[in-house]
Amino acid sequence: MDLLTFIAERYNYWIFIILMMTGLYIVIARGNLIKKLIGLNVFQTSVFIYYISIGKITGGTAPIYVAGDMEARAHGAGHGAPEGAHGAQALPGKDALGVGAIHADETLHEDFELAGNDLATLTGETHAAPHAAPEPQAIHSAPEGGVNDALAAPDLKIEDHAAAAADAVHQAADIIYSNPLPHVLILTAIVVGIATTAVGLALVVRIREAYGTIEEDELEAADDVAEFGAPPAREAAA
Amino acid sequence: MTIASQLPVIPIILPLVTAPLAVLMPAEKWGGRLPHVFTTLVAWTVFAACAAILHSVATVGPISYHLGDWAPPIGIEYRIDLANALVLTLVSGVGALVFPFAHESIRSEIDPRQVNLFYAALLICMAGLLGVTITGDAFNVFVFLEISSLSTYALVAMGANKDRRALTAAFNYLVMGTIGATFFVIGLGLLYQATGTLNMADIKIQLAGDNNRMVEAGFAFIVIGMGLKAAMFPMHLWMPNAYAYAPSVVSAFLAATATKVAVYVIIRFIYTVIGADFAFAPAAFAWLIAPLAIAGMFFASVVAIFQDDVKRMLAYSSVGQIGYMLFGVSFGTEQGLSASLVHLFNHGLMKGALFMAAACVMLRIGSHSCNAYAGLAKRMPLTAAAFIIAGLSLIGVPLTVGFISKWQLLSAAFDSGRAWAGFLIVASSFLAVIYIGRVIELMVLKEAPKDAPPIKEAPLSMLIPMGILVAANIYFGLNTELTVDLAERAAHALMGAGR
Repeated sequence: MDLLTFIAERYNYWIFIILMMTGLYIVIARGNLIKKLIGLNVFQTSVFIYYISIGKITGGTAPIYVAGDMEARAHGAGHGAPEGAHGAQALPGKDALGVGAIHADETLHEDFELAGNDLATLTGETHAAPHAAPEPQAIHSAPEGGVNDALAAPDLKIEDHAAAAADAVHQAADIIYSNPLPHVLILTAIVVGIATTAVGLALVVRIREAYGTIEEDELEAADDVAEFGAPPAREAAA
Repeated sequence: MTIASQLPVIPIILPLVTAPLAVLMPAEKWGGRLPHVFTTLVAWTVFAACAAILHSVATVGPISYHLGDWAPPIGIEYRIDLANALVLTLVSGVGALVFPFAHESIRSEIDPRQVNLFYAALLICMAGLLGVTITGDAFNVFVFLEISSLSTYALVAMGANKDRRALTAAFNYLVMGTIGATFFVIGLGLLYQATGTLNMADIKIQLAGDNNRMVEAGFAFIVIGMGLKAAMFPMHLWMPNAYAYAPSVVSAFLAATATKVAVYVIIRFIYTVIGADFAFAPAAFAWLIAPLAIAGMFFASVVAIFQDDVKRMLAYSSVGQIGYMLFGVSFGTEQGLSASLVHLFNHGLMKGALFMAAACVMLRIGSHSCNAYAGLAKRMPLTAAAFIIAGLSLIGVPLTVGFISKWQLLSAAFDSGRAWAGFLIVASSFLAVIYIGRVIELMVLKEAPKDAPPIKEAPLSMLIPMGILVAANIYFGLNTELTVDLAERAAHALMGAGR
């Protein structure tokens, strides 16, 4: 039973390993260049899944700013996390919602606090949130999706936002965010993966133009002919 | 906010920003020289910046540059100590010579419509390699590595104008390179999971000598992934074809820089990130890196002897030389590390010169098979002289850089009580005598075929950069102050950080 629990509790890693091995197997075993590229994609995607799963924190929500959360964490002025690198600095509410939310969350594995926002500024500026929100949402499309109603529903009316923000302040103290950093890293890796696939497909097109085939064994046979000037031994025997 | 304080970012940002401009330039003006002249100037500026960085690091001490002024470990940090300043200077120096060298060779080897793209891709490739070297952020290494690799795939494929096998070579390189990079990312993920940070120095602090399976697995993934990129035996299969069928200039640039940068990353991760005192490292040295390095030294050199194609022979020789570098690292001593860094730098100089000579032959004779080299000493005396000097350097003849690095490796081997290792290094050098000697014999003793058309010496635009590189082979063989002293100090700093 213990073994079963051990296996079941780590199901995300099993998925990762199975996908990774499947991808690697396809790359090695298939002779068709397109299939090789698909295998390469499966292989890369398995790593994306691995990264995203290590960013998940039990009970954590999507790493999207919850209105009021920052105030609950702020124990006083002079400790602004987003600008912490440059020295303490108070931020206007709008920046805190837009830019601040992105940068502040990146520092999540550190102990951070945001200063300089009072509730009045915040609720007054909340209408800015739907405009600021889509970007972080798109970036941090966390496994459990948009949890935060206040920011996730762009069609809410301004009064609703104000109310939601006020509500959020009460719950804010016990909000746990999932770690957004692996997601951001994987965004970069996805871009790299797309670029690799694009270059690979372009090469396959060129190979097809030059050789008239995309099967590896036929390509090798054609190269042998080019190099040694004779048909491969197999054909000669037949 | 002066230019000087922004110096570390110039080698990265300048080529990245100017590469698209090179694509947009009119190809017809100045006889098609505009993108060439422009990118050459960029490469020289980058080299000047890297030389200034090296000077500053050597006299003042390590530089830490915070990108966007975000303090590490949260922000991305460019951290330059002697080890990477040396590699930066090598990469940008070879770049500064390859760009002026490229014009004539490229005009004859690739599709004229691709000339602008070629210079842009070469610039991006250089930026990526410099970025891998300069950064102090582990994930940044991956990003820059893929920037350089993606442009390399395109550059290798441009050889298809001469030989369609360049396409399959580029595709195989792409598959292998991507697997290597993905392994590297998995390793980073494991390290990140163990430490919660990506800054190299910070990973070291967070690990604090901590030893568990996850870190071991991460270390293994990183070494194997980088080993693929570095063409560490037996993961070198992509390399001979890629170097043989790529345009000659690309082979010269990659052989001198790309694999060296990957070896540098292995050294950096072993010493700065994981730490040499990490319990797993000695086992990895003794049972993984050393045997593979020895196997590479012998196997690749033997295969090189039987190659009919000079560029492919040089590529196999590179696999063997990578073996020397990793062998030096595997001693686990300061001297061994220093010898590896010296050889890393010196091998860049010799392989660059050898591939440049091959490019000159390709331009005038149109082939890189051994037969084309028959009687070359009479037909193209300067090119043949360059090939011979660089070849002797590769063997390790005194008065050349090759001798310095072999000497360093040997004394490191004997001082660490590995007399057998010294014997192996000398024995494998004899294999280099055979494969280089074979080509030299063809060039000097054989007559050119009777019906061979008379040919001119290579143009000055190629002879001068090649001459500078050959001169560097001799200069650094006589004056070891720059390379050996800096490498010793760099090794001392790396080992010190590892303790």
